[in-house]
Amino acid sequence: MAVLEVTNLGISFGGLRAVDGFNVKIEEGQLYGLIGPNGAGKTTVFNLLTGVYKPTDGKILLCGKDITGKTTAEINREGIARTFQNIRLFKGLTVLDNVKTALMNKYKYSTLEGILRLPKYRKVEKAMNERAMELLKIFELDGQADYLASNLPYGKQRKLEIARAMATEPKLLLLDEPAAGMNPNETEELMNTIRFVRDTFNLTILLIEHDMKLVSGICEEIYVLNFGRELAKGETSEVLKNPEVITAYLGE
Amino acid sequence: MELVKYLINGISLGSIYAIIALGYTMVYGIAKMLNFAHGDIIMVGCYVVFICMSNLGIGAIPSIILSVVICIALGMTIEKIAYKPLRKATSLAVLITAIGVSYFLQNSALLVFGANTKSFTNVVTLPSLTLAGGELIISGTTIVTVVCCIVIMLALTLFIKKTKAGQAMLAVSEDKDAAQLMGINVNGTISLTFAIGSGLAAIAGVLFCSAYPTLTPFIGSMPGIKAFTAAVFGGIGSIPGALIGGILLGIIEILGKAYISTQLSDAIAFAVLIIVLLVKPSGMLGENIREKV
Amino acid sequence: MKKTTKQTLITLGMVLACYAVVEILMALGLVSSLMKGVLVPVCIYSLCAIGLNICVGYLGELSLGHAGFMCVGAFSGALCTKFLEGFIHNKAILFIIALFVGVCMAALFGFLIGIPVLRLNGDYLAIVTLAFGEIIKNIINNIYIAKDGSGYRFAFINSKTIELGEEGTWILNGPQGISKIPRISNFTIGIVLILIVLVISYNLVNSRTGRAIMSIRDNRIAAESIGINVTKYKMLAFVISAAIAGAGGVLYAHNLSTITATPTNFGYNMSIMILVFVVLGGMGSFRGSIIAAALLTLLPEMLRGLSDYRMLIYSIVLIAMMLFNWAPKSREWRDMMVEKFKEKRLKKEVD
Repeated sequence: MAVLEVTNLGISFGGLRAVDGFNVKIEEGQLYGLIGPNGAGKTTVFNLLTGVYKPTDGKILLCGKDITGKTTAEINREGIARTFQNIRLFKGLTVLDNVKTALMNKYKYSTLEGILRLPKYRKVEKAMNERAMELLKIFELDGQADYLASNLPYGKQRKLEIARAMATEPKLLLLDEPAAGMNPNETEELMNTIRFVRDTFNLTILLIEHDMKLVSGICEEIYVLNFGRELAKGETSEVLKNPEVITAYLGE
Repeated sequence: MELVKYLINGISLGSIYAIIALGYTMVYGIAKMLNFAHGDIIMVGCYVVFICMSNLGIGAIPSIILSVVICIALGMTIEKIAYKPLRKATSLAVLITAIGVSYFLQNSALLVFGANTKSFTNVVTLPSLTLAGGELIISGTTIVTVVCCIVIMLALTLFIKKTKAGQAMLAVSEDKDAAQLMGINVNGTISLTFAIGSGLAAIAGVLFCSAYPTLTPFIGSMPGIKAFTAAVFGGIGSIPGALIGGILLGIIEILGKAYISTQLSDAIAFAVLIIVLLVKPSGMLGENIREKV
Repeated sequence: MKKTTKQTLITLGMVLACYAVVEILMALGLVSSLMKGVLVPVCIYSLCAIGLNICVGYLGELSLGHAGFMCVGAFSGALCTKFLEGFIHNKAILFIIALFVGVCMAALFGFLIGIPVLRLNGDYLAIVTLAFGEIIKNIINNIYIAKDGSGYRFAFINSKTIELGEEGTWILNGPQGISKIPRISNFTIGIVLILIVLVISYNLVNSRTGRAIMSIRDNRIAAESIGINVTKYKMLAFVISAAIAGAGGVLYAHNLSTITATPTNFGYNMSIMILVFVVLGGMGSFRGSIIAAALLTLLPEMLRGLSDYRMLIYSIVLIAMMLFNWAPKSREWRDMMVEKFKEKRLKKEVD
């Protein structure tokens, strides 16, 4: 069964049709790319999938379950996690706490148990710490666990955001321009990490990216969006050769 | 006839709220901040007029002009010292600063003028109008207040539509950064907005004290908060909204006092604010972006 | 030991040490009656500041209505004591019941007000909490409760509907408030309350719940994206914050024999004063809140000439703190100082 199946998704802002007739089917374990020129509606698709915007029409199925119209928090609990184009970390919290916050729906104790520091609190907090450190290690952030998130360098902030999204144990991970602002070395490293988490956790990933080296390097299939509509989709190397796609990117 | 009398009183009070609300609405539209100290500028304006007339024996009109000038200077100074450095700060920090300024003005006035209530002499000498065979008396103050309000609204609308500075205000309220790139002096425009708002506050203060002649260092805060309610009611950022919101709030308050309870009149005004914010946070004319300042 | 545990213990130790010092000074007769008079208020303000800090410092929403919750706590606590006075003579039990009732009522009001208020953000939220605070005060000023031979009488707005029989007494007489409340509060009770509230607050913010609350403050959209129920945790923080202010209110009511809901007691001014403590002490620092509350209450009392300028000082503190924290020039200066400090340390290490 497909992890994500979207049919005829669309949204209008006033008279503007930002996304129209978006159809996509992503199988488990696949790394899927979503590309398109600026303003094509890529981030809007992410916002629709995660419930930030309510779609005007269409249907979103996650592992066969209809999640259309649910709130962002509910959708995350169903199994979609995301990162943001403009990094959104919890700046006042430490790196470790950023990840621990995201673990909260998997590792539970009540507020009262927390205030009274009952044994369950200690047990769960310990498990949370261990799990969070494991995740940080994957992203090579374990050395900076006590840093404030805002004090991390840019590249590491992007990684922390992915680690935080991973902590919610998603079935589908949405990455919004994960390599934006990174130098070639960092991008290379990021590609390896993304591949690694996909293989280790058998994760399904949909990513938006402008860096074609990254896209062609790790995405098995891509979907090209232009003016809110599908321009092409299919195997990465094929699509990137498509003259229409090249025109959309480079102009006539 | 009772009802008509209350309605007229309501419109009169509402006109004052509307003039104060203009100050809130313009500053909110342009600087995206709630200028908590706006109400206290009213108080300063009142004290200036009071001292000029009672202690220095200056006539009403020159006193008012002086008061407007002082309030404009005060508004611009406050903006420069307290708000300008915080352009990039969080809205929480700006709000706390504004509260600090409000508190500073109140307590400075308390130290300078004392806590004693001063009785304000009505500056309006216009005779009252008797209608319906003596059953309905409209005081001169009411007439002057309503006329002032209408004149100010018209003048301000014209100013924004017809002058370069007014157009700059519209631009800054739309997008500060883009306006800057188009060569608009953003800081100057914000400063001008504060100046206009503060000048209007002085006039509103004089009208308010002419109708309710007790002057204390704290008189500004209640009408201030209520005028903010009016601004939200009409849709913050909208000039006609401030007028409609102000007059509706004035009428609601007077009718509430007359028919429900005098003691609860403030609670009623606040309840209106809460209901408006919850039901239609953008206010009645809030979506009217074209009029946004 | 974990860093957070250490922080908690340091703060608790600080409070206990202050308590010990004051008690010793009192035993030696070194504390003037004027000073004695402000000891309980210091505790009251500290409690309220801790409560407000949860709302402002951790949740990141400005409430200007905390005096309203304090008012609810004070009046419900005092009423409870007045009702039970005849039946329970043990003062400690009387106070504990009053505290329970006051805290619960403040929490209930926090919840009821929170339902509409927490849908708003920023400036609007602040002004609506202010409005609610004023409404609470306004309504309490219009409630009349009396007792006579035939039982309890209630009235709203119009006190004339109550015709008191012989030996009838007013319990809550509208704007005249509640009088003849037994004065149970004292410094020790205040300190015990502070310690309890500190432990609750520290444990709260260092738990799963606390992290959820802070994540909403730092980035609401990101918090939603990791599955946090924003409404629930906003409400939780707001209610706990209100409940703590309620505890401060109960302490307040039992420190005075008469309480009235005037603007200076429970109005907007009180909310601002508590806000000053929170801002000066540092948003997000409970220890700072207590220190600021104690300093700003004691200083004007000690330097008698200052007490006239107290409010003026408060306002300057607010403005100065915000400018210091946010003005570009002051930020540059602070960064420079931090760099210098680092260099010095580096040099030391090299040496």
